[in-house]
Amino acid sequence: MALQIVDGCVNCWACEPLCPSQAIYAALPHFLIDAKKCTECDGDYADKQCASICPIEEAIVDSQGEALNPPGSLTGIPPERWEQVRAEIQAR
Amino acid sequence: MELTVLGQSQTTAPEAGGCASSGCGSNDDQLNHLPEHIRAKVHNHPCYSEEAHHHYARMHVAVAPACNIQCHYCNRKYDCSNESRPGVVSELLTPDQAVKKVMTVAANIPQMTVLGIAGPGDPLANPERTFDTFRQLTEKAPDIKLCVSTNGLALPELVDELCQHNIDHVTMTINCVDPDIGAQIYPWIFWKNRRVYGRKGAEILIKQQQKGLQMLVDRGILVKVNSVMIPGVNDKHLEEVSKAVKAKGAFLHNVMPLIAEAEHGTFYGVMGQRGPTHDELQELQDACSGDMNMMRHCRQCRADAVGMLGEDRGDEFTMDKIEAVDVDYAAAMVKRAEVHAAIEATLAAKQQKKNETFISLSSLSIPKKESRPVLMAIATSGGGIINQHFGHAREFLIYEANAHDVRFISHRKTDLYCSGDDTCGDGESVLQKTINALKGCEVVLCSKIGYEPWGMLEEAGIMPNGEHAMEAIEDAVAAVYKEMGEKGLLDKKPETKQRATA
Repeated sequence: MALQIVDGCVNCWACEPLCPSQAIYAALPHFLIDAKKCTECDGDYADKQCASICPIEEAIVDSQGEALNPPGSLTGIPPERWEQVRAEIQAR
Repeated sequence: MELTVLGQSQTTAPEAGGCASSGCGSNDDQLNHLPEHIRAKVHNHPCYSEEAHHHYARMHVAVAPACNIQCHYCNRKYDCSNESRPGVVSELLTPDQAVKKVMTVAANIPQMTVLGIAGPGDPLANPERTFDTFRQLTEKAPDIKLCVSTNGLALPELVDELCQHNIDHVTMTINCVDPDIGAQIYPWIFWKNRRVYGRKGAEILIKQQQKGLQMLVDRGILVKVNSVMIPGVNDKHLEEVSKAVKAKGAFLHNVMPLIAEAEHGTFYGVMGQRGPTHDELQELQDACSGDMNMMRHCRQCRADAVGMLGEDRGDEFTMDKIEAVDVDYAAAMVKRAEVHAAIEATLAAKQQKKNETFISLSSLSIPKKESRPVLMAIATSGGGIINQHFGHAREFLIYEANAHDVRFISHRKTDLYCSGDDTCGDGESVLQKTINALKGCEVVLCSKIGYEPWGMLEEAGIMPNGEHAMEAIEDAVAAVYKEMGEKGLLDKKPETKQRATA
């Protein structure tokens, strides 16, 4: 049971100090999670901390490879409303 | 790369670079009405004082990458060397590297008085890195003013620690005081170990901002409030924001235009949200200025900018270039003090001259009644005079002349159209772009101008004028306005304005 940081990571450091297990470390080309240390915040926080502050969709995945922040999730706008919202914004 | 060492170079007051009108604000200096103790704090801060930004430089160090909120105008993939806008940097620094960089720049650009930490994330979401940088600089470079900008979310809990670091100024970005509007700007915030979305997140952010503002003011810290003007979202609302922050004790309000291009990859950019037109921005700034001291010379610089406000010399001071440099800061401080004294002397002389200019301006026999205000664009490369070729101007200073005075309104950036290399693109269309950027102006004053742009400007209803080359900007604007009055051009309305995006 461990989360993983993948390609999208922009090395913004936001997750590193939040990890209750100190499992996150700076590396190149991007930050990494030590799978041996990661507890997915079990017992510490209700929400997985790294995934809760990460600003990049799809940069953190679970052990199944599923993105914790899937496409569109961080815009606050569900994908099915995307085109309607775009039209509204362009009418401003 | 040559880094000149102070003491081996002359110590005369350096020529002002960047924006260089001789007196943005003219006879109506934006800081004149402030109490003396506040003016003393900001008189050499280029981001706070219009006058100072012609003479003093600033720098930002990019030590703060993390952010605790998401704004729709920001893309967290901040690493880009070609863009010039807030939140963008080329090189992230550790606090130790930042301190080295600041001391190297201070020794080489002695007019640099201010070090700000502005990102690329939120400085207070990176408290250890931000405060470590401040702690070291307070000790090693006590002649540099420190300042910080923040979204305010973490401010209340950090305000006391912040106050320990010799900080006189804080800039807060406040785009709204209404959570329903906030929900359209901030998709989420990170708060108490959770991501909080939409209106609920915006509500917490606004509460923290207002609380933090109050706490700063209570502790005697000067607060400048930045607001991003987003048409259709908060444009109607910012007057209310201006009133609210003034009531709390903020001393300066800086309304900036939204920067949103699809290629920046921001939510607004991708979705096609437009920025305000020049007219819309100016109208809002004027509307807010009734309640608040407004700032109009902001250049919305990068989180790693170095130099005068209109320029960025960051490329001269990348880590690989400065790592080998040894700085004798004690010697540098002596020289810096000399340079600052020379600038102060220049400023005092200028103030004297400005008062005289004011008298001569007001004695001009401009018809007092019925004459409408006119916007003029100025091509200048510095020194407060008209000294730049039209085609070389990267930005134009916009002045308004009316029956009573001449005042600096704003600057407008333009793409250089005659650089002559492959980056030039289609010359004609770029020239058209420049002309679009000057919409609303009736005159453009420059040292020289080519035949082709002359014709196109005339066609667009903008009168080119090269007769005032090497003259002081305000004097020339006043003289042209007077000529227009004599020709009866001030009675009728100008050609219909087209909308130009800021």
